[in-house]
Amino acid sequence: MSENPGLIVRDLEIFSADGQTLVGPVSFDFNPGQRLGLIGESGSGKSLAALAIIGLLPDGLSSRGSIELGGRQLVGAPERIMNTVRGTDVAVVFQEPLTALDPLMRIGKQLAEPLRRRAAADGERLTRQQLRLLVRERLADVRLPDPDAIALAFPHQISGGQRQRAALAIALSGRPSLLIADEPTTALDVTVQSEILDLLDRLVDERGMSLLFISHDLAVVARIAPRVVVLQKGLVVEEGMLADVLANPRHAYTHELVDSARSLDNALDDALNGRDA
Amino acid sequence: MTRRRDRSAALIAGLICVGLIIAIALVSLLYQPYDPSDTSGGRLVAPSLAHWAGTDQLGRDLLTRLMMGAQIALVAGGGSVVIGGVLGIVLGLGAAFATRWLDDTLSAVLDILIAFPTLLLAMLVIAAQGASLGSAVLAIGLAMSAIVARLVRILAKRVLAQDYITAARTSGSSWPSIIGHHILPNIWPTVLVSLAIQFGAAVLAEASLSYLGLGAPPPNPSWGSLLQQAQATVYTAPLGAIAPGILLVLLVVGMNLLADGLRDVGDPTQRRRA
Repeated sequence: MSENPGLIVRDLEIFSADGQTLVGPVSFDFNPGQRLGLIGESGSGKSLAALAIIGLLPDGLSSRGSIELGGRQLVGAPERIMNTVRGTDVAVVFQEPLTALDPLMRIGKQLAEPLRRRAAADGERLTRQQLRLLVRERLADVRLPDPDAIALAFPHQISGGQRQRAALAIALSGRPSLLIADEPTTALDVTVQSEILDLLDRLVDERGMSLLFISHDLAVVARIAPRVVVLQKGLVVEEGMLADVLANPRHAYTHELVDSARSLDNALDDALNGRDA
Repeated sequence: MTRRRDRSAALIAGLICVGLIIAIALVSLLYQPYDPSDTSGGRLVAPSLAHWAGTDQLGRDLLTRLMMGAQIALVAGGGSVVIGGVLGIVLGLGAAFATRWLDDTLSAVLDILIAFPTLLLAMLVIAAQGASLGSAVLAIGLAMSAIVARLVRILAKRVLAQDYITAARTSGSSWPSIIGHHILPNIWPTVLVSLAIQFGAAVLAEASLSYLGLGAPPPNPSWGSLLQQAQATVYTAPLGAIAPGILLVLLVVGMNLLADGLRDVGDPTQRRRA
């Protein structure tokens, strides 16, 4: 496994084609093996920040500032360097697994490709048989039942939860040291959401990866990341340990987030109590 | 679903029509009833056991010439599709990946090429190269490449905007690998259908050029030149015009049916769920 780099983001700014500032300046960092929750409403720039880290901002957008991963500067790094960073140092799990998987390619093949590439980067050549075994192993790692059948399935033939597990297996195939999870459970229903969070929690722990978990949902982040950064309109409005933020939100927006999460909680309690009474 | 059954019926009917023409062409490679330039049969003889389709006004066996014509038709269709397909896919992908300015320029050129009549373009190529089957195929292929390129460009752009391309890039795929693994497989079903339709159009275009005397020069028995020769005797020996006409229709309609039927085959999301 490659050495586990920390991520240091300093004064990151993202501009649109006409020079408008969309994000920033934003700074946050975390050490190897740590987890950070990036919270914000839609349009707050949290996904753009993630795309900037892997150097895949949409056409016309540009970034300025500093993103250091394991001591390597990623802002302005040439495409050749970024291509080796992507997948092997940083990987991403996206929100909607149906669109993040190629509809015309079997799951096994989509997983085999990055596995083969990672092996090639390590100077190994895998035989077809080895590759097939590795694919099955990785599908089993993400607790997919019947990996052989899943490997042969097209994305539309398996369930949403299974698709997200497959997408996770693909993201992890390059053995990245940093995993960016961009709202990975938002498109799933609540029970599946909880399973995926448990799985993510366990895999990140087992592999000693760093995790940047992006979400609009405080309750989801609370389950997985001890430290959070809250973004609003492209700026950091709050940063700190989750417990502190929850107990003592300093910014009005964080207040709102906590209150709305609480009110859902209370509604649940009320419903329960109402039934008891 | 009836729609599905229609499709597979179209596929089978198309395969039969096209298969028949291919079979005729293959047989003519190995066996011809007469030498195609043998004029000993007597002029405009009616169909008989010796000459199943009769003879033409020079006394050549019509069946032999019709069979040889199948070879020319398939070479014309296949050759044009290879030229137009390869060139079109390369140009289309190039435009999809190009900078805004280059993309706009390429698109404008393609639109002009598409608006330019194929036969006129063919005459220009033939004027430069001389009339031959090769020139006809080159000209038709060039005209076709513009149509294919425009289709490939728009399809590739649509695929490029998909999340799975971003996902592939986040896992470190290079552009060539993304083209090979994601873009081509995803645009291929539609491109294949278009190429099948273009094949039929190319066969017709070659027949038109030969009819005008701009295709394979005589005595090459292109169905277009057979039609042209039969024109003078269409009332006395109608089979000379009807037979190549029927074969042409069979091949072109067959390719169009095949195109319709192929639409489902390349698309696994249309197949039954596992």
